[in-house]
Amino acid sequence: MSIATKADPATPAGSASPLTRRRPFGDRSFQVLCLAAGLLVLIILALIAISMTQQSTTWFTTAGWSGVFSTNWDPAHNAYGALPFIYGTLITAAIAIVIAFPVSLGISLLLTEVLPGRFARPVVYVIDLLAVVPSVVWGLWGFLVLAPWLQKIYQSIASGLTGVPVLSTFFGGTSVSGTSFFTTGLILAIMITPIVTSLSREIIATVPTIDREGAYALGATRWEMIRGAVWPHSQAGVVGAVLLGLGRAMGETIAAALVIGSSATITTHLFNPGYSMPSVIANEFGEATVGEFRSALIGMGVLLFVLTIIINLSARAIVDRSARRTQGA
Amino acid sequence: MAIAGGQQTVDLREPSGWRRSKNQIATVGMWVAFAVMLVPLGFVLFTVIGKGASAISWQFLTAPIPINVLPVTFGGVGPAVYGTLVITGFASLMAIPLGVLGGVYINEYGGNQVLARVINFFADVMTGVPSIIMGLFIFTIWVLHYGYSGFAGSLALACLMLPIVIRSTYEMLRLVPDSLREASYALGATKARVTLTVVLPAAIGGIVSGALLAVARAAGETAPLVFTILVTQTLNKNLFSGANTALSTLIFQNATQPYTGAQARAWGSALTLIAIAFILMIVARLITARFARYDR
Repeated sequence: MSIATKADPATPAGSASPLTRRRPFGDRSFQVLCLAAGLLVLIILALIAISMTQQSTTWFTTAGWSGVFSTNWDPAHNAYGALPFIYGTLITAAIAIVIAFPVSLGISLLLTEVLPGRFARPVVYVIDLLAVVPSVVWGLWGFLVLAPWLQKIYQSIASGLTGVPVLSTFFGGTSVSGTSFFTTGLILAIMITPIVTSLSREIIATVPTIDREGAYALGATRWEMIRGAVWPHSQAGVVGAVLLGLGRAMGETIAAALVIGSSATITTHLFNPGYSMPSVIANEFGEATVGEFRSALIGMGVLLFVLTIIINLSARAIVDRSARRTQGA
Repeated sequence: MAIAGGQQTVDLREPSGWRRSKNQIATVGMWVAFAVMLVPLGFVLFTVIGKGASAISWQFLTAPIPINVLPVTFGGVGPAVYGTLVITGFASLMAIPLGVLGGVYINEYGGNQVLARVINFFADVMTGVPSIIMGLFIFTIWVLHYGYSGFAGSLALACLMLPIVIRSTYEMLRLVPDSLREASYALGATKARVTLTVVLPAAIGGIVSGALLAVARAAGETAPLVFTILVTQTLNKNLFSGANTALSTLIFQNATQPYTGAQARAWGSALTLIAIAFILMIVARLITARFARYDR
């Protein structure tokens, strides 16, 4: 194979002589076309970084380091502190991961270790169904159906927990609402479950059969085999998959914009309304015709872009490294 | 051990009680995880079909959007259906050919070059860039100069689809055996000819289904459109100038309306949107099952 791929297609056997360096024009232009299409990815990413940073310099320069990372958000008085939104983005994404991780891991283990291929396929179809439900439909359902229903549950939990030391700081509070950090976290968890599941499933599927058989041969039960053979092998990759899910959860816009409650506050009470970076951009952009307001919203887009790029890069690095290690083993 | 002890035999068939229970608890846990995923899916489908099915009719899909206070029996969401189809369609026209060419570059021309690996890596990273960023990006480089239009929305959706198409094309081309390429080179074909007439047709099933899944994802996207098409209520047949509308943005707007008519139109649009996405997904599955010659 190595010899065959090294055979230079630039001088195909049919050309006049092996010394001819020229290739037909169509052949060369097709290569250039493909290269251009590939480079488009890098160009778009670079343009995103450049153009959005340019549009947000007003905010970054006038607000300064302390202004950007302040808790004071008051567009009417030209105060554009992004901290409540950064907090909301992180906290809702964290809730989503805490819920989605065990569920996704359970489903991917079910698909790889328990169900035979024939029965696993319908389950995969169901996961794909979940993945194609548009974000805005989750938002519509969350806002009109789920949030009013959850409001009563939240209220009874909050009143039941008054006075309980630790739990009431998270699940208590006075302004309990159906549209809240926690509702957003739930919706985001539903939305990232398909991607975390399918990525972990791919990673778990790379565990060599011989490791599994070895564990069984030693008399392990299925669970012991998973703990002893599957998990050590796929741990790093699953962490990467969870990070990719985290990136998705942080960037999810429309569903969050509808169910987060639109209140720029930092609170430990998860049942209270809050705000996140993508949802404030989506909700306020129409109003933001003034220079600095719009600049602040685009600037928050830049922060979000940088955050998700960092998370994606590290997730990808972890997944690739674990994939290479399993192939090498 | 069995020889030494005589009576003492080790039972190899069944693990001890606690180990068995732990195993069973774990298995039950996995099924519970699956059930936990089914509950919201069933719940949302049940609600959307329950509330949306009564709204759907030919008139609903084609008639102009009435004012929000009118009940759902008046008018429909025709302009939004038109907008979704045309904006997504135009985005696909841009993103699918470019994405396929990009995938061809990475797998056929790039080889082990650093550039190909960098492009592949960043295409993968780009699939994780939030869709709202694509909307803001097109807003800053296009809308600020040329104004809101359906075309700007198409551009934003195309940016979203491009990396997905590149990655799925690359994955499919990787599965095409080298012997096919070698046989074509042996017949004296140029590289472009080999790629276009041998490699791409061999992988066409997977490429088409990957592209359809990208279209399905783009059709439901809202965030990239909010910043680029400046939602309107009237039909705008000109893709290249003036505000436009789409089903997803209509749902986003109507969700927070207090009027039952507006909400009913949102549910009807949600059902339409889900139906479009599901149909695309099923077609993609059928194509994969029918045409994919090299399965992974």
